[in-house]
Amino acid sequence: MARVLSLGEAIAELVHDGDTVALEGFTHLIPVAAGHEIIRQCRTGLTLIRMTPDIVYDQLIGAGCASKLIFSWGGNPGVGSLHRFRDAVQHSWPVPLEIEEHSHAGMANRYVAGASGLPFAVLRGYTGTDLPAQTDTIKPITCPFTGERLTAVPALNPDVAIVHAQRADRMGNVQLWGIAGIQKEAVLAAKQSLVTVEEIVDELEPRPGALVLPGWAVTAVAEVPGGARPSYAAGYYERDNAAYQAWDVIGRDREEFARWLAGLTGVKA
Amino acid sequence: MNEYTADEMMSVAAARALGEGMSCFVGIGLPSTAANLARRTHAPNLALIYESGCLGAKPARLPLSIGDGELAETADAVVSVPEVFNYWLQPGRIDVGFLGAAQLDRFGNLNTTVIGADYHNPKVRLPGAGGAPEIAASCKKVFVVLRQNPRTFVEKVDFVTSFGHGTGRGDRERLGLRGAGPTLVITDLGLLRPDPETAELTLTELHPGIEPAEVIEATGWTLKVAENLSTTPAPAEGELSLLRALKKAGE
Repeated sequence: MARVLSLGEAIAELVHDGDTVALEGFTHLIPVAAGHEIIRQCRTGLTLIRMTPDIVYDQLIGAGCASKLIFSWGGNPGVGSLHRFRDAVQHSWPVPLEIEEHSHAGMANRYVAGASGLPFAVLRGYTGTDLPAQTDTIKPITCPFTGERLTAVPALNPDVAIVHAQRADRMGNVQLWGIAGIQKEAVLAAKQSLVTVEEIVDELEPRPGALVLPGWAVTAVAEVPGGARPSYAAGYYERDNAAYQAWDVIGRDREEFARWLAGLTGVKA
Repeated sequence: MNEYTADEMMSVAAARALGEGMSCFVGIGLPSTAANLARRTHAPNLALIYESGCLGAKPARLPLSIGDGELAETADAVVSVPEVFNYWLQPGRIDVGFLGAAQLDRFGNLNTTVIGADYHNPKVRLPGAGGAPEIAASCKKVFVVLRQNPRTFVEKVDFVTSFGHGTGRGDRERLGLRGAGPTLVITDLGLLRPDPETAELTLTELHPGIEPAEVIEATGWTLKVAENLSTTPAPAEGELSLLRALKKAGE
């Protein structure tokens, strides 16, 4: 059974300096509030994993929380580039950022292997591209049955996976619906997990098709209404597109970013 | 004659390339605009597939990202990300992969990773691969849509994010790639197709009012021009008004 914690308690307990942390979400249900709490608690040296690092990862990177990023597409969806990510890669600001770069298919299969308790996954991918030459975790493998050359990628098993969902009960059973992305796989692949939810209810209404993570597969849940803003939570609120556009201006400039960070943490830049 | 911009011509030409009843793996931006226009014009049963797991999405407005809630609400099915890549894309079930890029070379290889020869010290860090490498490898064929200028149309891409035809005809087969790769490139100036013998991208169609010299000028390699060069029909009034309504609703 999952424990019900406050967001602050959950991050303090589950995320440590140097940990490998996956905050997943595929445009929908991005655990933004949890990312901000990691910044407030000043974690450093994190290896951050995410298929689609977007603005909350730009913020974590700009705040100096991360020393490595494992990813497959880093951008501000529908807007453009992540400028804090670029600054870290191109100028090591505020700290150097090592990258481990994959494709979506590769990352998805790495989580599947992690969730399946397997050391690696096999896919028909990366062939002919320059990615294997830059990424140690992409290797050729020969099929033992047909002799065909395929690609192997190692499992991802984060120290902690953090996802956001619509609803949980007090046992930590989680309902999540709409675009489900890679969240279930990330939670099942991780050693520990935190699910932030829009609301914790006494009893979950049965909802056909809702993806349910049973409470016994989750370490902790925390009630964080609006915890995915400015992304969206189907059935609760829409994506705040203006916030994504506004981030382009803030993220572009180190001083603007420092002011934003001071506003988040309450510490003067 | 209708007044239209080069970008509108490009979107309309891209939409026309998609056939009724096809399945199309759609990237955001120009490909998504074109695919949604095609669904509103000649291909109402075009199945739009987005990597967020939305299969058969029928958005009433242009989605702002591949994970837009509108896509999930209107889709035939919403599946997990591993499922969309492993069950739907990888076995070659999708007819067309529709991609954009920051750079494209004379053999249709695509770069969305870094600008500059040094991966660890790039001039510009781009978003990266996303779903593109496997879309380019596994769809039955690939259409590419991007604006044509010497910065984007380069002799050789700085980084092969998605494999086109490698260094020429036969490379895909040698590597065991199953799809046909890029069979059509749609730009704001015209259409390019791989030469049947060499796979080198060749100008085969011009948009109205464009001279071959302009396209050659906008290409970073010595562009071959097909002998029987034809002209794209200008956007019809209906195509233009639907495209503009779509763009307006998306703002």
